[in-house]
Amino acid sequence: MTEQLHPGLNLGPQHGKAHEHAETVMFGFWVFLMSDLVIFGVIFATYVTTVNPMGIAGGPGPADIFDLKSVFIQTMLLLTSSLTFGIATLMLRHKKGVRHVVLWLSVTLALGLGFLIFEVRDFSTMFANGAAPSRSGFLSAFFALVPLHGLHVASGAVWLVVMMMQITLFGLVPMVKTRLLRLALFWHFLDVIWIGIFSIVYLGGLA
Amino acid sequence: MTDDNAELHHELRQYLIGFALSLALTVVAFGLVAWGGLAFKTALATIGALAIIQIIVQFRYFLHIDLSAQKREDLHLVLFTILLLTIMAAGTIWIMSNLAVRMM
Repeated sequence: MTEQLHPGLNLGPQHGKAHEHAETVMFGFWVFLMSDLVIFGVIFATYVTTVNPMGIAGGPGPADIFDLKSVFIQTMLLLTSSLTFGIATLMLRHKKGVRHVVLWLSVTLALGLGFLIFEVRDFSTMFANGAAPSRSGFLSAFFALVPLHGLHVASGAVWLVVMMMQITLFGLVPMVKTRLLRLALFWHFLDVIWIGIFSIVYLGGLA
Repeated sequence: MTDDNAELHHELRQYLIGFALSLALTVVAFGLVAWGGLAFKTALATIGALAIIQIIVQFRYFLHIDLSAQKREDLHLVLFTILLLTIMAAGTIWIMSNLAVRMM
């Protein structure tokens, strides 16, 4: 019976009680993620209604402020961090020890911070060129959507640091394991949201 | 122990497949825009299709949501949220663009 529980993003029957406990908390976290998805979806819709001459209101448009090369680098960093977090969960599932888990989590954190550095650099260039949220409806919607995702990545990074501290303090106890799994879901989910952002906002704006 | 290692390698390969597919889809989408050449509407439709495929790839390989029986609850939750979103987001975009056309 327990072997039929979530395959993949779970602990596996070799983790006993923690594996069964993960069943309900992971589903609960999915409910949270989906409500978060609704928030993002509605802000996406708001953004799409403002990317037109009326919304841009004579201010800078997508072609004036977006830097495709920087967005590509951000995409690569975030996508790779999703893979490294996946490897960290595999190290956890197959009991490869604290060192391996922390190592892959550190790589993930470094990639996440790299993403944020490039994103903040882009935003400051936009501000320097007069593309502030107050300039137009388009820019208000842009700065509501993209930094909201950045804020999620930043809180994910804080969460990563907290989890690495919990691993060193408590070891890989059941509670720490299921928390790590939920952070993994959150992190992969942010990568999925980013697909929407680079496709709709950046590529759609520059096509 | 060797059994577990074999399973680890199998799962690692799944992650790497997901990563490689995502990478390819991303590079094609960015390449389309970087080198241009496509009409605006064709480019938009292609980028949209590539994004949807990549989202499905990431759900399948990273978030482990697929059609196997034991994942039904998660899948239903995801599909129901997508239904809600379609009504709200597509409805908003439809109404607002319709309004914009009528006010021109």
